[in-house]
Amino acid sequence: MRDTFVKTLIELAKSNPNIELITGDLGFGVLKPFWEALPDQFINAGIAEQNMTSLAAGMSLEGKTVFTYSIGNFPTLRCVEQIRNDCAYHNANVKIVCIGGGFVYGSLGMSHQATEDIAIMRALPDVAVFAPCDSFETVAVTKAIAEYHGTCYLRLGRGGEKPIHNGPLNDFKIGKAIKISDGERVAIFSTGAICDEILQAREELKSNGINPAVYTFPTVKPLDKDTIIDVANKYDVIVTCEEHNTIGGFGSAVAEVISEFDHKARLLKIGVPDCYSTYVGNQKYLRGQFGLDGKSISKKILDAIK
Amino acid sequence: MDSKQLAWLIRRHGIEMTHLSGGSHIGAILSVADIMAVLYSDILKYDTTNPKWCDRDRFILSKGHAGGSVYAALAESGFFAVDELKTHYQNGSRLSGHVSHHLPGVDFSTGSLGHGLSAGVGMALAAKKDKKQHEVFVVLGDGECNEGSVWEAAQTATHFGLDNLIAIVDNNKMQSLDYCVNTLDAGSLYDKWFAFGWNTFVVNGHDHDALRDKMNTIKNGKPTVIIAETIKGKGVSFMEEDILWHYRFPHDGWEYDCAVNELHKIKPDGVQDIYTPNGIINPKLPDANEINKDIHHTMSETYKPTWNKQEA
Repeated sequence: MRDTFVKTLIELAKSNPNIELITGDLGFGVLKPFWEALPDQFINAGIAEQNMTSLAAGMSLEGKTVFTYSIGNFPTLRCVEQIRNDCAYHNANVKIVCIGGGFVYGSLGMSHQATEDIAIMRALPDVAVFAPCDSFETVAVTKAIAEYHGTCYLRLGRGGEKPIHNGPLNDFKIGKAIKISDGERVAIFSTGAICDEILQAREELKSNGINPAVYTFPTVKPLDKDTIIDVANKYDVIVTCEEHNTIGGFGSAVAEVISEFDHKARLLKIGVPDCYSTYVGNQKYLRGQFGLDGKSISKKILDAIK
Repeated sequence: MDSKQLAWLIRRHGIEMTHLSGGSHIGAILSVADIMAVLYSDILKYDTTNPKWCDRDRFILSKGHAGGSVYAALAESGFFAVDELKTHYQNGSRLSGHVSHHLPGVDFSTGSLGHGLSAGVGMALAAKKDKKQHEVFVVLGDGECNEGSVWEAAQTATHFGLDNLIAIVDNNKMQSLDYCVNTLDAGSLYDKWFAFGWNTFVVNGHDHDALRDKMNTIKNGKPTVIIAETIKGKGVSFMEEDILWHYRFPHDGWEYDCAVNELHKIKPDGVQDIYTPNGIINPKLPDANEINKDIHHTMSETYKPTWNKQEA
């Protein structure tokens, strides 16, 4: 996912000299292709995320489209006020890129686990929020936000995510969910790389006689209200799934939409249950500890529809 | 209008704006007034008919709480009507207490300290990349230099050789609750900026010739900082170096009357006071038995009952 992002950005930046990539001293090896190809459009701001973010706002107000890059919570929580005051309030063309949404850097400990970032970025007016599920969504979102005027947050996994889609998403639109499959009774909404677990859960559910619909939401804000309302009227249960706190994130965003009108579906939010991880382990292991692996997800859904 | 006249008008508007609104930070507006006046009279390139002119110099008041000073400078320079200054802090106004860019002539909104220099570094870096000739000016507070992000920006500016960037530190020696030295003693600001690789100057921040002389970039591959030695509350004797006036506004009665009349004593020729053209006849004077009963805001040694000075 991150290599796909970098490759896509190189292509965009080659044709648009106003694109700048600023890293907070991270991306060893990963950013090398950009650095080599476009040294005049690459900046290492050092380990100083607050300065990096305000600096990006300053550059963008001079006409640049600036991507800031770091991992985990460093490009977001570390400098959230700079994002709010300097980027979003000025409608600055800054694209904040996080590598390692969720438990990607699980073994590195709590400091490196980004599990509240969607909630916090989503709460800021004039920040569009994206969490692609695979390389195809990454390409589409990267291209879209480079064109979009304003502040964006792009939450990526790391690498090696399985492809969810079958090919390039030529019809991608900001703010539109993507249907993976139709189903009955249950519809699963997911955002980000956790979709891989959803597909496994779908197989488990099928073997239990449930055929869920599956949608990915590469855009968390602006949210695809039309699809949510449509699905909420047709299905019995909407399940939201995210590698993120259940408070304030994608599930909460869906809840905000459906709570405002009469509808059929009830909501099951699956995510990290408002806690920090004290477990040590890789992403797969931590997903399991928090019931975010395919098997646990399918069990939670089966329990909910009993 | 020359810089002396503009400085006086910034002070007079500052007194009126905070008086009308009950707004804070008159002490900071008065300390930075001369810096702002020299910038807007003699240094910054701008076009009031085209505030977004791409070759203008960029200006950021990073110590956004002194917003009244930039509003007064902008209005007197012709960006908007002077009359609008009276709306400062008021419902429906464009003039928020801290600087907002939703106003012609303002390049960057501030209010949370420690952001402005980084944004200025970004603007200066973009200008370098695009081979533009304009310059970027950022005014900071000395208290603001508590913020770590200031020093992130300081080393970044040096690293990228931003000799199109000038920072001016309004070194009034006071911050919100006390003297800076009693809060977080930074030692020598000169030594710090110099160590960060900047062209570093110390000038009297109320001496217009001295300020003007140093407000030029030096094309030696280094950013420039001017540490402007100022007096918080400068121009109104009972506000000078009294932390009370970081937050307190000139109330109806002797505070307002005496502040206005003190300014009138130093009014340069050729400027009009649109609020009180001839000062205040029969001003109220402080009464030591009545005043300051309810304003023991601080334990600081800088808190001084201000009537003593008036009586003297």
